[in-house]
Amino acid sequence: MERIAELNVSETPFDFVTASYLTRIGNQSAGTLAELLTGLEHCSDASIFHHTFQTLGTHHFLTEGFSNDFAQWTLSSTNRNDLAEQLATLDIRDYTSIAALRSDLCRVVRDFCAAQPQFASQSGLERFYFCESLEVTVHLGRSARNLDEFREGLQHLSHAGFYFHFISSRLRLQLQTNDFSHWLSASLGLRTLADSINHIDVYTNTLDSARAKMLRLIDRERRKV
Amino acid sequence: MTEVLAANRIPLENYADVVGAGEIEELRALAKPLRGRSIEMINSTAVGGGVAEILNRLVPLAEELDLNIRWDVMKGAEEFFDVTKSFHNALHGEPYQAQPRDFEVFLSYNEQNRATLPLDAEFMVIHDPQPAALIDARQPGSNHWVWRCHIDLSHPNRAVWDFLEKFVSHYDGAMFSSPEFSRQLSIAQYLFYPAIDPLSEKNCPLEQEFIQQVLQRYQIDPQRPILTQISRFDRLKDPVGVIRAYRIVKRYFDCQLVLAGGSASDDPEGALVLKDVLRAAEHDPDIKILELPAWAPREVNALQCASTIVIQKSLREGFGLTVSEALWKKKPVVASAVGGIPAQIIHKHTGLLAHSVEGTAYQIRFLLSHPEIAAKLGEHGHEHVKENFLITQKLKRYLALFLMLDRRP
Repeated sequence: MERIAELNVSETPFDFVTASYLTRIGNQSAGTLAELLTGLEHCSDASIFHHTFQTLGTHHFLTEGFSNDFAQWTLSSTNRNDLAEQLATLDIRDYTSIAALRSDLCRVVRDFCAAQPQFASQSGLERFYFCESLEVTVHLGRSARNLDEFREGLQHLSHAGFYFHFISSRLRLQLQTNDFSHWLSASLGLRTLADSINHIDVYTNTLDSARAKMLRLIDRERRKV
Repeated sequence: MTEVLAANRIPLENYADVVGAGEIEELRALAKPLRGRSIEMINSTAVGGGVAEILNRLVPLAEELDLNIRWDVMKGAEEFFDVTKSFHNALHGEPYQAQPRDFEVFLSYNEQNRATLPLDAEFMVIHDPQPAALIDARQPGSNHWVWRCHIDLSHPNRAVWDFLEKFVSHYDGAMFSSPEFSRQLSIAQYLFYPAIDPLSEKNCPLEQEFIQQVLQRYQIDPQRPILTQISRFDRLKDPVGVIRAYRIVKRYFDCQLVLAGGSASDDPEGALVLKDVLRAAEHDPDIKILELPAWAPREVNALQCASTIVIQKSLREGFGLTVSEALWKKKPVVASAVGGIPAQIIHKHTGLLAHSVEGTAYQIRFLLSHPEIAAKLGEHGHEHVKENFLITQKLKRYLALFLMLDRRP
């Protein structure tokens, strides 16, 4: 018979939240790489968030070759595979602020336009429209104080709720971690489990497969003697 | 009274099998702070057209979430609808010389409706240009008003848009189906995708036997590739261009083409286009031109299900929900990069985009040569629709909008 480890109980519960996002259409658009650079330099933080963090959530089912809207537009509209690849390799997990992410996006496009000016003003097939994400959060009325309750809540979470805690939380926390790992480590003292969860790759997993991996890791932890 | 009672109620819980129980729980959580709050949706028709179709589904679902929602249809005589039809075409960019009398008619019917419609809900959602001037009934600082524009405003007739903008600018926000359709406005503009209902007759799973019956009825060979475009016979859907693309493909693959649309009998323009299409088909027995009855959702569903590749080679497009319908059925889609189509087709991920007859033919040949890639595009397309273009997602967007308006100081 399997033995379940005695469960730690946290004084601070984990509150499961869900987030719904409205997309606000901005007044900027780009038809060339040079215009994309201008847009990147001047658009709002909410716009950088929308086209990087948020798009990863809404396109989570694409686990090959899709990273962010800027890279996708560069590839499909301007046919610049080399630049698209560089934009795609910017990993949002490395960023705890939009300012740093914007700076790197601008640097990549600026360097490309400087090195290959003949492509900077070439018109793309379609325009790129800068949009913004407006977040509306609501408590789900479900909370966890131990690993069992946490597992239960995680299992029933919608995609948006899972995305909110696992991906967009990195900016909120301003740490290179997520809500789940942060709570497991800080409140239950389960640092190894927290690290393992934080290492699940959000680019090569769908939200469902990332959740399934998390549940397996939690089950393994629960079975520890 | 003008209130519409939506038909074909499907319980919200039935959607849990499609989108997951977590999504339904989330809808309930988002709706909880809005319980009992009043919402009024207003459009210009109770039947026919995409807006009525969506409201017929959306309103009952919102009621299940304990929102106090009603759907009203504005009243108008023939002269009003003649003017709004002209406005509609002009806003799509067709040449039109607006007369002062047209604006007077428009304003007069909006004024009459202001006197009879309640217009006192906490959240007023006005659909499309016809009832746009109802905003004049708003008392300062009273309720929230948003305008949902379902049409492409990217190249509007200047005079008509300038007239409408005076009303639109008084709303709290405007919603468009694509960023491309939006205008430079002083109010907030939001992206609101149209949606399909996965449980409707047009999109629900069908028995294989019924699909075979439909193929047999139209003498379509299930053993050979079937290329399909579902759309009304309209020049902007470029059915003749589809035939030209098919002919290029036909040099390499023994395929069939199905062009299926509504009957053109009561549409003079449609009848002319159909004539051109028949001429272009040159009695090719592998081109099936089907005039389906006005409302044949199960047959459309069956044709989409039986297709090897679905085409949407529009020259201009509002949103093109037939693309989402095909993707929902996991079909590989080759479509033009116009209107709302690029939102549905992420090139090389959820389908293939094309910009010409030759490009369309090339992408079709590519998919016929690589069925494993076609299958993957279809799988991804299905997930894309599930995440973004289902009626449950649309409901969620409305809830988020109302919550945001409510929380705004």
